[in-house]
Amino acid sequence: MEVAQQEIETKPAQETVNITGSAAVLEALIAEGTDTIFGYPGGAIMPIYDALYDYNDRLNHILVRHEQGGIHAGQGYARTSGKVGVVFATSGPGATNLITGLADAQIDSTPLVCVTGQVFAHLLGTDAFQETDVINITTPVTKWNYQVTDANEIPEVMAKAFYIAKSGRPGPVLIDITKNAQIQLFDYKGYTPCNHIRSYRPKPIVRPQYIQEAADLINKAEKPFVLFGQGVLLGKAEAEFKAFVEKAGVPSAWTILGAGAIPTEHPLNVGMLGMHGNYGPNVLTNECDVLIAIGMRFDDRVTGRLDKYAKQAKVIHLDIDPAEIDKNVKSTVPVWGDCKETLPLLTALVEEKQHIEWLARFNDYTRQEVEAVIHNELNPTTDEMTMGEVLKELNALTNGDAVIVTDVGQHQMVACRYARFNQTRSNVTSGGLGTMGFALPAAIGAKYGAQDRTVVAIIGDGGFQMTCQELGTIMQSGVDVKIIILNNHFLGMVRQWQELFNQRRYSFVDIESPDFVALAAAYRIPGKSISERTDLQGALKEMLSTEGSFLLEVNVTKENNVFPMVPQGCSVSEIRLK
Amino acid sequence: MSQDIEKKEFNITIYTENQVGLLNRIAIIFTRRKINIDSLNTSPSEVDSIHRFNIVITESEEVVRKLTRQIEKQVEVLKVYYNTNEDIIWQELALYKVSTDVIAEKVSVERLLRENGARAVVIRKDYTVFETTGHREETDNLISILQPYGLIEFVRSARVAIIKNSEGFNTKLREFEQLQPGEEVMENEYLNKGQKVFTM
Repeated sequence: MEVAQQEIETKPAQETVNITGSAAVLEALIAEGTDTIFGYPGGAIMPIYDALYDYNDRLNHILVRHEQGGIHAGQGYARTSGKVGVVFATSGPGATNLITGLADAQIDSTPLVCVTGQVFAHLLGTDAFQETDVINITTPVTKWNYQVTDANEIPEVMAKAFYIAKSGRPGPVLIDITKNAQIQLFDYKGYTPCNHIRSYRPKPIVRPQYIQEAADLINKAEKPFVLFGQGVLLGKAEAEFKAFVEKAGVPSAWTILGAGAIPTEHPLNVGMLGMHGNYGPNVLTNECDVLIAIGMRFDDRVTGRLDKYAKQAKVIHLDIDPAEIDKNVKSTVPVWGDCKETLPLLTALVEEKQHIEWLARFNDYTRQEVEAVIHNELNPTTDEMTMGEVLKELNALTNGDAVIVTDVGQHQMVACRYARFNQTRSNVTSGGLGTMGFALPAAIGAKYGAQDRTVVAIIGDGGFQMTCQELGTIMQSGVDVKIIILNNHFLGMVRQWQELFNQRRYSFVDIESPDFVALAAAYRIPGKSISERTDLQGALKEMLSTEGSFLLEVNVTKENNVFPMVPQGCSVSEIRLK
Repeated sequence: MSQDIEKKEFNITIYTENQVGLLNRIAIIFTRRKINIDSLNTSPSEVDSIHRFNIVITESEEVVRKLTRQIEKQVEVLKVYYNTNEDIIWQELALYKVSTDVIAEKVSVERLLRENGARAVVIRKDYTVFETTGHREETDNLISILQPYGLIEFVRSARVAIIKNSEGFNTKLREFEQLQPGEEVMENEYLNKGQKVFTM
């Protein structure tokens, strides 16, 4: 990293209790309970890194290999720990390298506080070395951002940043701090956490009449169906959610970010929604009489064609973000509020029921899907391995207790479909943005967020090569991440679309890869590459029992497709099994 | 699908904190959907440190409703209302610069002023500046009258609007404060002013 020669006006410290702006940033992090920071130093954030040198005993800093890796690690950390991820980057390219992660965190509601260095305040707007207009660039992809030009602002701004990032519907916050503010000495009065901002209302008011109306609808329903999303996890309302579905006896299906909110094996868990979701939940969306959406936002990957989506159903939508209600699907009863508060109110009013026949319909579809797709995917008869059987074997060895971090593509859909989750906060994936390159750095962060759990990153050969330099971060930090590359020697999902919709015109999806095991070895990470089914169990066992990180490349069948599939522009009931 | 739905003028009223960059945050909500802003006015409101935006767009109500919710999501936005033209009283201010000689010689200034509700703001030897306020048609009318006499310069403000049956904002703000009393609630004095804050 090149550092510009700047003339730094340093004034001798006054004989007061002053601290620098940089120290105030770090004090704020400690006060907010941050233990791990992911970042990359550079010219404009050097004062903060200089201060960090003295805070080494209280703040663990992980040096990543690219700022994108840093922010994905922050996301992984936030997703498994339920805390706010913290990321440092310098000005200019450092800050712009955060954009992908910010956009990802924004759409997946991940709480982050990113601190970027900025050029001296007097240089703002002069195209100074490594200056970019970070506030304007990041505005569309942050929940809130703010530029600090005076150290006096730092304690209050940091407090606001954490409060905004984690409250209500969480999201990423970026604080851009000019270099003069970082080195400025000011009278530090201590840190006061923020719990109120006049113009900010993190949770809407819960309206009892809507809870009552929702309960009435549910009590009268013969074919009620719950769709749950990440809102359940973000609201830490897993227990409340379980109590609700169990009392009301409602079959429940999940969006990919909602996976794990109740265990995969729960009898009322009927599977995954959406484009590559399960057969029953998709088809029966168009047959249920009451659709109860909880902490999910009717993403187009879930709904398919909106004009043919659940038109027969009365829709109850529980969400903390009023802007989500009626955005895509018009609700009959809107239940605004934090589901941790609204679900118990609803549970109290619903009658105890079991919809046995209705649940059996889901099970019928499951049987059809098992016959047509799942059985072959998990127990292939050909010589080549499938992605599904790798997951099946992994499930058997981890008992569904592992954190599964996935990248984006076919392997992601397969992993989300087949991974077993016994615990909450186990599924870390880039849902809304679909960011290739997400998994490797996110897995590093996920491990720091859940240090006592096994973290397995499942990555495609394409996505791995987008951020594989983070093997360097693993090497240096010694973090324990198990990496499985499901290598089908293709950009598989694009190829699948080209096969199905573009007459097999395979345009630039044939991707060559390096020797992944040798690459890992170059970073002093042990690894293995397998192509034979007979090696699979042994290799997975070796990976899981190896102390520290391990890279396992599994060469899987090349032209396998992920089914079922709701083709783009189709209704969910037009889901295809082949 | 939504193209067939009737579009009309909507007035979006936004109460915000006075914060650098907020204009951009609000503007992005329109630009990302490729919605053109017909008129935009922002100025300090009657409440200290709170700004009021008035934005006019031509869209369907469905779109406008979603837009207002997205705007209200912004951290520094206190409250957003949307109204049709029937719900509001609005004005635009227009200034017209014309040659004093021409006007004095050829136009019956008195009639001009009376008929168009205009008033002279500045009278100099070389030019005179007239001002009118009103709806677009009214301010347009004076342009067409003055154009033949050598209109030198014309400028018109964005629309400012007041909601006809509004009592909402102050009450809403009270709600905000009651919901989550913070430790350091500042700028709260206006709450004691009751109706004075939002009388018409």
